[in-house]
Amino acid sequence: MKKRKINIAVTGLNAIDSPGPGISVIRALRDSEAFDVRIIGLSYETLEPGIYMHNLVDKTYQIPLPSAGASVLLERLQYIHRKEKIDLIIPNFDAELPGFIKLKKELDKKGMKTFLPTMVQFDARHKVNLSEFGKKHRIKVPFSKMIFSANEIGSLKEDFSYPLVVKGKFYDASIAYSPDQVHSYFNKISAKWGLPVIIQEYVFGSEVNVTALGDGTGVTVGAVPMRKQYITDKGKAWAGISIDDKKLMSMTRKLIKSTKWSGGLELEVIKTSEDEYYLLEINPRFPAWVYLSVGCGQNHPEALVKLAMGEKVKTFTKYEIGKMFIRYSYDMIVDLSEFEKISTLGEL
Amino acid sequence: MKINKNVALSDSGFVFNPSTGDSFSTNPIGLEIIKLLKEGKSMDYVKASLLKTYTIEEATLERDCYDFANMLMKFKLTEADEKAEN
Amino acid sequence: MKKLHYERPIIQRLNVGVMNKFGTKTEYAPVTHVDGNAVKGLLAKYGSPLFVISEKTIRKTFRDANRAFKTRYPKVQFAWSYKTNYVNAVCNVFHQEGSWAEVVSGFEYQKALQNGVSGNKIIFNGPDKSMEELTMAIENNSLLHIDHLDELYMIKELATKSKKKPRVAIRVNMDTGVYPIWDRFGFNYENGQAWDAINKIILNDQMELVGLHCHIGTFMLAPSAYGLAASKLSDLALSIKKKFKKSIQYIDMGGGFASRNTLKGSYLQGMDLAPSFDSFAEEITTAILNAGFAKDELPMLVLETGRALIDDAGFLLGSVISNKRLSDGRRATILDFGVNILFTSFWYDHKISPAQEFSQYSEDSVLYGPLCMNIDVVRENITLPPLKRDDQVVVHSVGAYNMTQWMQFISLRPAIVMIDKNDKPHLIRKRETLKSIETEEVLPAYLKDFKL
Repeated sequence: MKKRKINIAVTGLNAIDSPGPGISVIRALRDSEAFDVRIIGLSYETLEPGIYMHNLVDKTYQIPLPSAGASVLLERLQYIHRKEKIDLIIPNFDAELPGFIKLKKELDKKGMKTFLPTMVQFDARHKVNLSEFGKKHRIKVPFSKMIFSANEIGSLKEDFSYPLVVKGKFYDASIAYSPDQVHSYFNKISAKWGLPVIIQEYVFGSEVNVTALGDGTGVTVGAVPMRKQYITDKGKAWAGISIDDKKLMSMTRKLIKSTKWSGGLELEVIKTSEDEYYLLEINPRFPAWVYLSVGCGQNHPEALVKLAMGEKVKTFTKYEIGKMFIRYSYDMIVDLSEFEKISTLGEL
Repeated sequence: MKINKNVALSDSGFVFNPSTGDSFSTNPIGLEIIKLLKEGKSMDYVKASLLKTYTIEEATLERDCYDFANMLMKFKLTEADEKAEN
Repeated sequence: MKKLHYERPIIQRLNVGVMNKFGTKTEYAPVTHVDGNAVKGLLAKYGSPLFVISEKTIRKTFRDANRAFKTRYPKVQFAWSYKTNYVNAVCNVFHQEGSWAEVVSGFEYQKALQNGVSGNKIIFNGPDKSMEELTMAIENNSLLHIDHLDELYMIKELATKSKKKPRVAIRVNMDTGVYPIWDRFGFNYENGQAWDAINKIILNDQMELVGLHCHIGTFMLAPSAYGLAASKLSDLALSIKKKFKKSIQYIDMGGGFASRNTLKGSYLQGMDLAPSFDSFAEEITTAILNAGFAKDELPMLVLETGRALIDDAGFLLGSVISNKRLSDGRRATILDFGVNILFTSFWYDHKISPAQEFSQYSEDSVLYGPLCMNIDVVRENITLPPLKRDDQVVVHSVGAYNMTQWMQFISLRPAIVMIDKNDKPHLIRKRETLKSIETEEVLPAYLKDFKL
């Protein structure tokens, strides 16, 4: 079968020690049997390694940070579209998704497709709404509370026992063992991600994750569960293994069915010693380890491209159990002139 | 004031200081000033030349150049020997 | 030889992890005109700084909001929130559009009367109403929104003396999932205070309970909270109907809709976060329509929207006084307006545009006001092209609260100009003079003379 040519723009090229999913998504797309992809990288910073990985990324453009607003983003994307004719954009950061979701219709009109959750889905799974979400879909979530000022830290002891988890609206989570620690995390996290800050009950158990893809009608196109084997000091998986966990898989399917989730997602779940599953977080995009899905026989990013282009997609029914991923870091040698180009021209 | 000989400039306004590893971005007038200084021209020469080319009063230019020169020093783009100033 | 356009030389370190400049140009795209009037010309004519209000924007925003509610609900009435902006010209644009007046003090009450609003179309809110003010409002048939029990008893006392039966509503506070709860105002729903107050009023029979009011917060980004509030007020209204066979005439949802400004500490732009009037309208009207009112007994829906109706119509034009370099190397720009007249810069990162063309080069800067006070910061961090003395800037979305909360501190307050729908500017408040401040001062005779 002849592969079809397609231009796909991808964000999240920050394959660093706390990596964005972009490079994994791109590798999956490069492995596609249906598509011959040209990859347009979209970067926020000049040192995102993906910018310089010319075997994976054909051309990179800098785009404005989400804090600059959706209209500025649209302007930049149109500029890139004029040069590259983008068929599809796959954004990979939580913080940038609202902007892309907002622009979905407009991008579509201009010929740039996306396959994203709706704003309602995005908001419902937001950390600040997770308790409500759990109640609605009858899924256990750890007890949590939002706080808006450091004054509220003192009274946390009424609802929580230590340790507890302090979380940012978009990113960051730290375990605090005392009010003092909560204080310092509160300041750090609120400065970076704004208010509110989420305080969450700490559930003991082992963390299991799922990468999955919903087609928007309630069907789970694919799902691969993974158990982290080695975790970095930033809490990121450095190695993981695909597991056979029927309960987790049925929770995933149930969740995608009841939310009619569209797009990629990652579930972070704690499995307690009593075999109870607590949903910690739903990330509204593929995880950085999504390439494991390819390794297990389910190419989720490729399936997402098909969904986005309006094509029929066969649902994956099985995956290989016991496949591992092990991340490694790699020092690229880069010429200063490349850094100069991306820094001054915003393109490379 | 002299610009370090090994400071690299490119027409895009990219400035690289090899001895510290820092890189900078400057606008066209900034680039023009750094180029002239690097050729060994004095700050007075630079100002006179800018006055000839641009619509600007001397007092404002004087102040802007003073500020710019301070930034160059702060960024360690100049040679330590300040006696070169004439 | 023609000389070239000059731009101040700038050099910036390329930092990793800082906002890149690509594609961000619109943040400092120049705004040279406001409603067809050149910024330069306006400042030359009326002085710098200058508040400018776009009448076109007010009317367009109002009609947008009105449409959002009226297409969903049969009886809708807006009441202009005087405290948000009580410059008479602004109030009257809203009154021309059909808004009643919503006031929170005797001073605002008198302003509304003076503007020609009839007493029965003035809503009197707030915790501080004196006996005299209440008497006046009762005689004028105004709508008294009771905030606390002391006020309830004051009105009861006045009712016995007056021939008029005071028309009252109570303000209800409640848990709508938005925290902190504004429980310092009005009577609580959950603990039964509100129901008690309602019983006191109706059983007393000297007052007429005509409405129920709530105001759940400010700068609200969650339309769903309004839905919850509307259904709680509807429940109260239906309970009243059930127990006393009495229909409530209106439900007043207060104000609090967010504008497109960006709150400090917010990661995303306010423009991307602020819900549309349609989404607020959808939540509120759906809740009331589904509450179970008989079709002919649907209460009128009153809205006291302030900020979201006026913020975008206001601009502050100003000039650069000077540039300096801070000790840590950051650029600082001093403007001729500060927190004294741009009060909202305490809680917003206002969008600020240069009013003249620049190249694409920009630098990070702190914007300071002209006061000799450390707190006088207009923007802690902003990327702007290299501004020089006398360059002009435009601050966006300043229509709400600035022209009421501004301070006459250190310098005098600037003029306000309204640009009409034909782009013609009208002076609607003169620049203050020494005389306007000293009019109210009294200098004892023995302090007149001194020798130095």
